[in-house]
Amino acid sequence: MIYLELIVGFLKVGLFSFGGAYGAISLIRDVVLDYGWLSEDSVMNMIAVSESTPGSIMVNLATYVGSSQGGFLGALLATIAVVVPAFIIILTAMVILDSFLDNKYVQAVLFGLKPCIMGIILATGISMLTKNALLPVVQETMQLKPLIVAVILSLIYFGSRKFMKKKISPIMLIVISAIVGMVAFGI
Amino acid sequence: MLLTLFLLFAKIGLFTFGGGYAMISIIENICVEQKKWITHDEMMDVAVIAESTPGPIAINCATYVGYKQKGIVGAIVATLGVVFPSFVVIFAISMFLDNFLEITWIASAFKGIRIAVALLIIDAALKMVKQMSKKFVSIAIMVCSFIAMLLIDYFSWNFSSISMMLIAAIFSLSLFIIQNMIGKSNEIEE
Repeated sequence: MIYLELIVGFLKVGLFSFGGAYGAISLIRDVVLDYGWLSEDSVMNMIAVSESTPGSIMVNLATYVGSSQGGFLGALLATIAVVVPAFIIILTAMVILDSFLDNKYVQAVLFGLKPCIMGIILATGISMLTKNALLPVVQETMQLKPLIVAVILSLIYFGSRKFMKKKISPIMLIVISAIVGMVAFGI
Repeated sequence: MLLTLFLLFAKIGLFTFGGGYAMISIIENICVEQKKWITHDEMMDVAVIAESTPGPIAINCATYVGYKQKGIVGAIVATLGVVFPSFVVIFAISMFLDNFLEITWIASAFKGIRIAVALLIIDAALKMVKQMSKKFVSIAIMVCSFIAMLLIDYFSWNFSSISMMLIAAIFSLSLFIIQNMIGKSNEIEE
């Protein structure tokens, strides 16, 4: 029953996605691969689209995955599921929150959660990078192009910070990477 | 009033690219400076709460402001407003993307884009790590979950990141309780 799976999957995402959009990206990727809904490549395409379109990345991804698995109803259910936990938590919070967040046990839980999430996000990024840029070198008879693209993009993105006053925005990097991709992999 | 709430939050949803943190500044601009629905201090409170609670930050803000204005109905209307535009945009894109990806140059572009996405995620994680508390326990938990997640990923082990978060939370809570019991000055309290 795909609808039920979507609801449960995205309730989990909504409930555990501390740390903003990037925490959610790691979680959604994990949940999606776990249920076997989509391939790694498709998930990354969706992340790229969700980053380049307006709105909350988490909500965008939920709509996207939901739509791909269950059409309009799937999109609707996944979106509602990812939003509901935050909605309920804030409403509850407004009544009891001040005392709740100051509670030292809650603080102790958050103290452990935060670094764990950072580790997960970092691992997600590195795993994505190696799968897209390093694995082709090993597996597909020395396919070097993805690695070269990765080096060029890192130089542009991280270099822009060192040598220019202005930082390249994520959307700008996605646009640049699309152009570099077309040049490297052919039109 | 409800219509205004819906339209303004739809506007916020439609014109903010780049996710949560970009949205906070626009919500501040509209709800605090223009409409004076909430004060600057309240806005800061929401941002802090949003950071320590799960879920999209924009949803947290919309729910808060909506509730302040019109109670539970306001909260629902504002939340729907902020979600509505991206729902429509993404749903439309999702119907066509697979066909688009069969075109060679779009597929090539996405090969490049996927690498960019990985870089963005690494960058976001590194920024968080830089600001993280540099206590031993924090760093240990970070490194352990990093290594565990990498192994899980490469070997496709059946272990979810949610279980890992639960373990980290339980570990940290037990550590805190034990330290309290033996009355030692503890690592956790800031």
